[in-house]
Order: sequence, then structure tokens, then C-alpha cells
Amino acid sequence: MTTESSPQKSEQKVKCVVWDLDNTLWDGVLLESDQVSLRDGVTDIIKTLDKRGILQSTASKNEYDHAMTQLKAFGLSEYFIYPQINWNSKAQNIETIARKINIGIDTFAFIDDQPFEREEVNFSQPDVLCIDAADIDKLLDMPEMNPRFITDDSSKRRLMYISDIERDNIEENFVGPKENFLATLNMVLTIAPAQEDDLKRAEELTVRTHQLNTTGDTYSYEELDHFRQSDQHILLVASLNDKYGTYGKIGLTLIECNEDVWTIKLLLMSCRVMSRGVGSVMINHLRNEARKNNVRLQAEFISNDRNRMMYMTYKFAHFKEKEKINDRVILENDLSQVQKFPEYLTVNIF
Amino acid sequence: MTTDEILEKTKSFLAQFINVNVADDEELFASGLVNSLFAMQLVLFIEKEFSIKVENEDLDYDNFRTLNAIVGFIEKKI
Repeated sequence: MTTESSPQKSEQKVKCVVWDLDNTLWDGVLLESDQVSLRDGVTDIIKTLDKRGILQSTASKNEYDHAMTQLKAFGLSEYFIYPQINWNSKAQNIETIARKINIGIDTFAFIDDQPFEREEVNFSQPDVLCIDAADIDKLLDMPEMNPRFITDDSSKRRLMYISDIERDNIEENFVGPKENFLATLNMVLTIAPAQEDDLKRAEELTVRTHQLNTTGDTYSYEELDHFRQSDQHILLVASLNDKYGTYGKIGLTLIECNEDVWTIKLLLMSCRVMSRGVGSVMINHLRNEARKNNVRLQAEFISNDRNRMMYMTYKFAHFKEKEKINDRVILENDLSQVQKFPEYLTVNIF
Repeated sequence: MTTDEILEKTKSFLAQFINVNVADDEELFASGLVNSLFAMQLVLFIEKEFSIKVENEDLDYDNFRTLNAIVGFIEKKI
């Protein structure tokens, strides 16, 4: 049975660090002198955060080309995704970065030497962790900067976002229906039972994913390891690749198997694959499996302010509300309605 | 707003996602083109364009399965 635990609720992990440039990343003010020098240890901090899977960007009041040229000269430009170098307020720039990456603003940290900038950010975005540039030598030791696990997917995270940016640019410029665009990506979705070395990533997904998450229940490594080996559970991991590279392991599904009914306890997808139709394909696969095993298929759903999309995914995949236990809705599938897998994607099932 | 107007508006919205030559009573989602973002955008489009609120209990497959179903649903809510 489900045991709910939320080991990291009290201590929100940072997913993206936004750096100021002048007198924070480097000593000196770029517009006043061309002779700025990197602050001691900054390169090491940036590379270490990157390995930990923490994304980085910049919010700096500067001229874009000038500042980017300087970042390139320091060999650091590739570490910053969606750099916001302009004259807008930094609070606004951090919001822009959060929207583009599509992660919650409460997972951001902001480093700046000026109290004014930190206070301005704090005023409109109180959930952003503001850090004085004088304290960056302690940055790597902060608990917020130390994810519980560092997985293959975390150390590749920045590169995966860079492929996303490339895809998005092409998608924006694509003329024609979205389905035709998706078909150009040559996507391959792989669904397989979780192996032991998937578990760290699986736990990371339960902790990191809020939007495309049907219950928000988080599970520890040990719990997931138990489900993986239990006869009464199925734990599936989904990974996605396309012609631009891998999205990594992006989906997790936990099913509780009873004699005549299977219950989807958790279905989650990384928000990086939103609009790829992966959640629906996963549900379709489970509907096929339920038919094969001659069981009914149910699903649990707990609404939060961000996951309405998953409710729709269930409802559009022929689930209907059956009962409600506290805030947990139980849905049951109408398996008589048959749906094909979409043609724009190849599905491999192990 | 007439039924035809609702139909035209809905069609031009759907054209962003799927090939437009669907018949008014053709199953929109039979081809597996159900993705959460599309569903979400369809619902948000209906809410905004026709100033109606789509409740959880309205999120029923039958209300969205064909163009005619969507139009019928909108007319019922307006």
C-alpha cells in the first residue's frame, strides 16, 4: 500500500540559479571598463552546479552582445540558458526564465551583490532564494544546492534543455498543424519495468514533478525498490528520444495490481515532454494491458492548483469519476472504447 | 451566436493542431491525438472565446469527441 512520505518538502531544492554579472560573476562593471576579471572560484561553482543538474541563467543590466561576448571569452556562455541581459527589472527577468524553462519560481535562487536588486526580487517574488554575492564561497555547501541524488539525467540536464530550445525554435517556425510537426521529430517512446539503476531518477521525478503529476505522492528510493520487486505492483519508466537527442527518463507510472482491478497510483511526466502526447500513450498502453489481463482499470487523482492537465488526460482517455475519498478521486476506465497509438511516434514496450 | 459561427471558430482553432478536413461528426481523438496540452488548450480556448466556465464534471470525453459534440456542448453552456 501507499505510504506517503515527503522527505524534501521542508527544504526546497533549487533547480535554477540566476546570476547577476557585474561585481557578482566578475569583478568590475562591464560598461565602465573592459577589464573585468572572473571572481575566484566562480568557474568551479558554475561547473559543479551544472554537474549536479542545477540549471543556470543570468539576469544582468547590460548590453546583450557586449555581456555575451565577455561570457564567451570566459568560456561560460554555454552554461546559461535563456540569459536575460537587458534593462528590465530582475524580478521580471527571473519570471521570464521560469516561464521559458517551465519550472516553478519557488525553485529559483538569485545571486546579486546589490541589496536593491535582491530586495526588488524578494518583493515581487518572495519564493526566490536571494543570495548575497559576498556569500558565494558557501554556495556549494548550502543544502538547497545539494540534490539528494545526482543521476545521469541530472548531469545532462542543461544539454537536454539546449536541445529543447532548438526544438522549440523549429516548432515556432513550423507552418502547419502541430501533428505534422510532431511527425518530423521521429520520436521513440520506450516503456519498460523499472530497473534498480532507474530508482534514483524515479525518486527524483516524484520530487521534482508537480504539473504533470496525477497525485503528487512522493516515494522514497526504498519504497520504489519495494514496488519494483513486489508481485502486487508494476513500476514503469518511460524514456523518450527524438532526432535532436534524448529527453532522458521522463515518465514514471506505479500500478497496484489486485485480482480484478489494477489501480494507477501515480502517473507523472516531466514537463519537458508536455505536448508530446506521452501521458496519453502511457495510459493507452495500460488500457491494453488491463484488457489482456482481464482486469478493470482504475486511477487515483488528487487535484492541486497545477495539475488540471493530468485530470484532462485521464478524462480524455475514457476515465470517469467513480468515487471520492477525501481529496482523492477514484476514476474508472471504460475499456470498451479502443484508441490507437498516435502515428507520429514509435512506441517500444519491454 | 449562431451554430455556424461557433462551428467556424472551433474549426479554425483545431486547424492549428490537426488536419482540417475532419467531418463534423468524425471522431477527433480516435487517431490518438489526445495530448494533455492540446486538451488543455482546447478547454482554455472554449472558456475564453465563448466566456464560459468548463467545470471538472464537464470534462467528459463525450463533450469533445467530435466537432458537433464540441459545438453542442458550447451551445448548452452559453
